[in-house]
Amino acid sequence: MTAATLIFGWGNPSRGDDALGPLLIDRIGALLADHPEWGAVELLTDFQLQVEHALDLEGRRRVLFVDSCAGALPGGAGAEAPFGVGELAPARDSSFSSHTLSPQAVMQVYVDITGRAPPPCWVLGIKGQSFELGEDLGAAAQANLDAAVAWVGEWLNSPSPASREREGPSRRLGG
Amino acid sequence: MTFELETAQNPEALRRIVIEPVSRVEGHGKVTILLGDDDTVHQVRLHIVEFRGFEKFIEGRPYWEVPVLVQRLCGICPVSHHLAASKAMDIIVGADELTPTAEKMRRLMHYGQHLQSHALHFFHLASPDLLFGFGSDVAKRNIIGVVAANPEIAKKGVLLRKFGQEAIRITAGKRVHGTGSIPGGINKSLSPEERDYLRKDVAQMVAWSAEAVQMIRQLHDGNPGLYDSFGAVPATMMSLVGDDGEMDLYHGALRARDVDGEIMFDRLDYQGYHHLLTEGVKPWSYMKFPYITSLGPEEGWYKVGPLARVQNCDSIPTPLAERQRQDFVAYGNGKPQHGSLAFHWARMIELLHAAENIQLLLDDDDLLGSDLVVAGKRAHEGVGVIEAPRGTLIHHYRVDDNDLVTYANLIVSTTHNNHAMNVAVRDVAKKYLSGRKITEGLLNHIEVAIRCFDPCLSCATHALGQMPLEVTLVDADGATIDRLCRGAS
Repeated sequence: MTAATLIFGWGNPSRGDDALGPLLIDRIGALLADHPEWGAVELLTDFQLQVEHALDLEGRRRVLFVDSCAGALPGGAGAEAPFGVGELAPARDSSFSSHTLSPQAVMQVYVDITGRAPPPCWVLGIKGQSFELGEDLGAAAQANLDAAVAWVGEWLNSPSPASREREGPSRRLGG
Repeated sequence: MTFELETAQNPEALRRIVIEPVSRVEGHGKVTILLGDDDTVHQVRLHIVEFRGFEKFIEGRPYWEVPVLVQRLCGICPVSHHLAASKAMDIIVGADELTPTAEKMRRLMHYGQHLQSHALHFFHLASPDLLFGFGSDVAKRNIIGVVAANPEIAKKGVLLRKFGQEAIRITAGKRVHGTGSIPGGINKSLSPEERDYLRKDVAQMVAWSAEAVQMIRQLHDGNPGLYDSFGAVPATMMSLVGDDGEMDLYHGALRARDVDGEIMFDRLDYQGYHHLLTEGVKPWSYMKFPYITSLGPEEGWYKVGPLARVQNCDSIPTPLAERQRQDFVAYGNGKPQHGSLAFHWARMIELLHAAENIQLLLDDDDLLGSDLVVAGKRAHEGVGVIEAPRGTLIHHYRVDDNDLVTYANLIVSTTHNNHAMNVAVRDVAKKYLSGRKITEGLLNHIEVAIRCFDPCLSCATHALGQMPLEVTLVDADGATIDRLCRGAS
């Protein structure tokens, strides 16, 4: 049985703040047993998004992509914000035909291979500063991760994607 | 020809074109082209503009961590590094011969890696160029265009890749950061349920792989003038081959053939690779330029990867792929094929070989065995070599009495091919760009030549990069006179 909710975090755990996506997955994974009200949640991680991840969208009611973010945060969040959230639409952006797809491009692959609209998807971008090989997570990134984990808990508590859209500081990206 | 167009006599007086980063390859590369007033090409270089010392990251770590740690070198081919490091560490723990279960599990993982990597490259990265033409409308020349024109192609590419990834997940224990391969063997075998899960789809994967070979063969037949000569790199070809000269992507000894297909050396134990090869350096690139030491840098450079492997071996030990290899050899009329586009044909033969191998392995009960690890006399130095999807991958380690790595050296496939890629882009620049007004379509010819090698610049540079294309025209005074961006996010 496919879990209704998918959270997909990506990044390289050995590159400093690039580990934010996988670390959020670990943190949420540790909380799942204490929160049956979140329902069925599948947690996935990888180094980067690629074409076959489109198949992971099948059968979901909602999907949250999670990445570290060195530049502008999603959803128009301010530069001082610990994270930003944006709702996504399928898009044929520059990441197509590369080894590193954007979440919007993964959604577009889903459309192309199934002929159907993908489930509602959001991206959570957690602010990171340093991405050097062999570095640990920075102190600022750690605090940003804590804030993001708290937000994901709220998001998982929300009864439907539509209600989240009303509450969150989100803006539709891509498309 | 080897160093023609590598260094211009008067670079300060020439116009400069920069293709940066090269798109649809992994990592961050840059091509610079220096043009004279009449648009003739004077200098072409494929640069690597970023380097991070992964070897230093490994030094000081316990040896048993290394097969897992090295997967973080690259998000594209972590399994190849996982297995090459494991093979080196087999030497360290004195595992002269793995158990049948361990070796076959590793092979299943490895063929899964080849299947997913080759499928992604052909169906998603290369097919837009091949199906629509190198100079076609850039808006159409991407996978979206392929999907629109041939909806089944992209879908098969995704599903082939997914199947390969599933083989990796099941053998490595998880999707990423797998721990399946360890020094001396493996830490899990297949359950009957896992075997049956892969079995149910494998015949379809073999069939789609066979179709892919036919597709690229038809492209060659449809335009032999282009396919036989584009980016031609007559070069020595090096790879591992098995004991009987057969293709073996997991293990073997080193063999090289010269440009005419004659064997130059054979059955060389890769533990002595450092006596065979020298890693040359050039002031304009961070990526090294390996060459066969005895031949020197001018004559000793070589190419690796599918085109070398398919022509280096005497046979392929799976029936459908062997038939395709024979067709490939016959097409060359007794001479090796050196056109860069032939990489795609060879790559699809290997895709078929990987799918067939997976099918054969899934019928082998050794995969369900419980004898997983061996050990023997401890050693302090080991070399592991594997034929990764892009070519020969070398991992070399020294380990002290405290089990800590004191030395690491990695030569990745793309580094082996560095000189050959430079020769290919110079050939293309000379034939297609020189003396003509530069357009995006013409510049894409340069990228097509690079993409034939399926370079993983992430491995070569140890960095993950973004891949929009930027072309900048700069005059002799350094002033930007034109700028073209494609796909910037």
